[in-house]
Amino acid sequence: MNVIYILWLRELKRFLRSPVQVLGSLAQPAFFLLALGFGFNPVFEKAGQGSYMQFMAPGMIGMTVLISSAFSGVAVLWDRQFGSLKETLVAPVPRLYIMIGRTFGGATVGVLQGVLILLLCMVTGFRPQHFSAVVSGFGFVAMIAICFAALGMIIGSTLKDMQSFNVVANFMVMPMVFLSGAFYPLDNLPLILSVLTRINPLSYGVDGLRGTLIGHWHFNYFLDMTLLSCVGAVFLIAGAYSFSKIEI
Amino acid sequence: MIRVDNLTKTFKAFEAVKGISFHVAPGEIFAFLGPNGAGKTTTIKMLTTILRPSSGTVMLDGLDPEHHKMAARKKFGIVFQDSSLDGEQTAYENMEMHGVLYHMPKKVRAERIERMLTTFELWDRRKDYVKKFSGGMKRRLEIARGLMHSPKILFLDEPTLGLDPQSRNQLWTHVKHLNETENTTIFLTTHHLDEADRVAHRIGIMDHGLLIAQGTSAELKEQTNTSTLEDAFLALTGSSLRDEDASSTDQLRDYAQIQGSIK
Repeated sequence: MNVIYILWLRELKRFLRSPVQVLGSLAQPAFFLLALGFGFNPVFEKAGQGSYMQFMAPGMIGMTVLISSAFSGVAVLWDRQFGSLKETLVAPVPRLYIMIGRTFGGATVGVLQGVLILLLCMVTGFRPQHFSAVVSGFGFVAMIAICFAALGMIIGSTLKDMQSFNVVANFMVMPMVFLSGAFYPLDNLPLILSVLTRINPLSYGVDGLRGTLIGHWHFNYFLDMTLLSCVGAVFLIAGAYSFSKIEI
Repeated sequence: MIRVDNLTKTFKAFEAVKGISFHVAPGEIFAFLGPNGAGKTTTIKMLTTILRPSSGTVMLDGLDPEHHKMAARKKFGIVFQDSSLDGEQTAYENMEMHGVLYHMPKKVRAERIERMLTTFELWDRRKDYVKKFSGGMKRRLEIARGLMHSPKILFLDEPTLGLDPQSRNQLWTHVKHLNETENTTIFLTTHHLDEADRVAHRIGIMDHGLLIAQGTSAELKEQTNTSTLEDAFLALTGSSLRDEDASSTDQLRDYAQIQGSIK
């Protein structure tokens, strides 16, 4: 238990101690919010869909949480060779504990990023339907964080070099964000997009967030939560397995 | 203390370690030498439970890591070729983490941290972030950390790589001192043959996955009819260069250096 706690705490400390990194990670969603949020707002309103800022904010929260959590997992690639993770691999501790401490540390950092971006959204004019919505909304933030920290862990444990790291960043993270309904409603999409968005777990996270925060659902609470729980469980098991197989 | 019998490791078609056998007595300093790509690091990885042998057995203080992995891991400390410190944490926090990983009770932890940091002259810097430390200080901290749980064996994989002569000298003085006071068995690799000659009680030379010679420095010189360990080494391993392809780890290491020089 102590081992899990200290590894979790380490991830948290790393985050809290580097304010530059915190600000840097908020720059991209802030830019999207300002440029796209204000830019598309008039068109969106004309189409009778209400405020685009209001629509997009939950998507931006989902995106930030995904990127933060996924990269904390993928960083295992680096950390197992040049970081303190290597030390934990020869310690008399089951790999499972290390994987759990690390994954939940990364997920916690993701949730904190989500809080920050929610505050930022509120500054630019976003209003959740009521404040209790924020609490249930963060249930989805936590699910997104766990799912993608675990997915990152699978990737970080399996990859061998930095080139593949960049490939993952470009071919996994960004498509997932763009095909999740973070930027546009999922209604009436062409068939291909409709299929792709439906197999993307982030779609359900963003939908859950948007539903709880502003009452705009594409799927429903039960489907979103069940799907994310199942995907999360599968990713955690697969993550634990691939982490246990690491040889350096 | 360390007993290795007919140890092999095969990666797909490549046989990195081809059935080596040796033993290291308790309290001995054993230097493991060889050109690049000889299989030294692969052997250390198998001895330290990170890599599973293809065949053969390893015994660490009478324990087989294959069957008693956790107990065997408590028996040794290790300093890797690449630093495994956490730069974003203080020296004290790095030690604390190690203590928790090795299940040391809180009180013992605090005592050992103070003792080890004082021995390695780092106690005054315990509250500084490790990223601010020099190469020599980082190595000292890693050795202090590796010894914190009072292991019977200490593995040092090229511990003086990239250090200046002063730091190297100081590091070996510490290592010898520990070997004498705590009777820790030390298994080391290095490319500095003069260092091996000076600190090691016995030396093993590995080449192309085979252990081609072992004995004291004097025995190796006598066997090859040479006057220095370096000459003996060259006589045994030949003077051809080992141009191996860079592995993915080497590529990562290059990248790390580029990152490091920017920061």
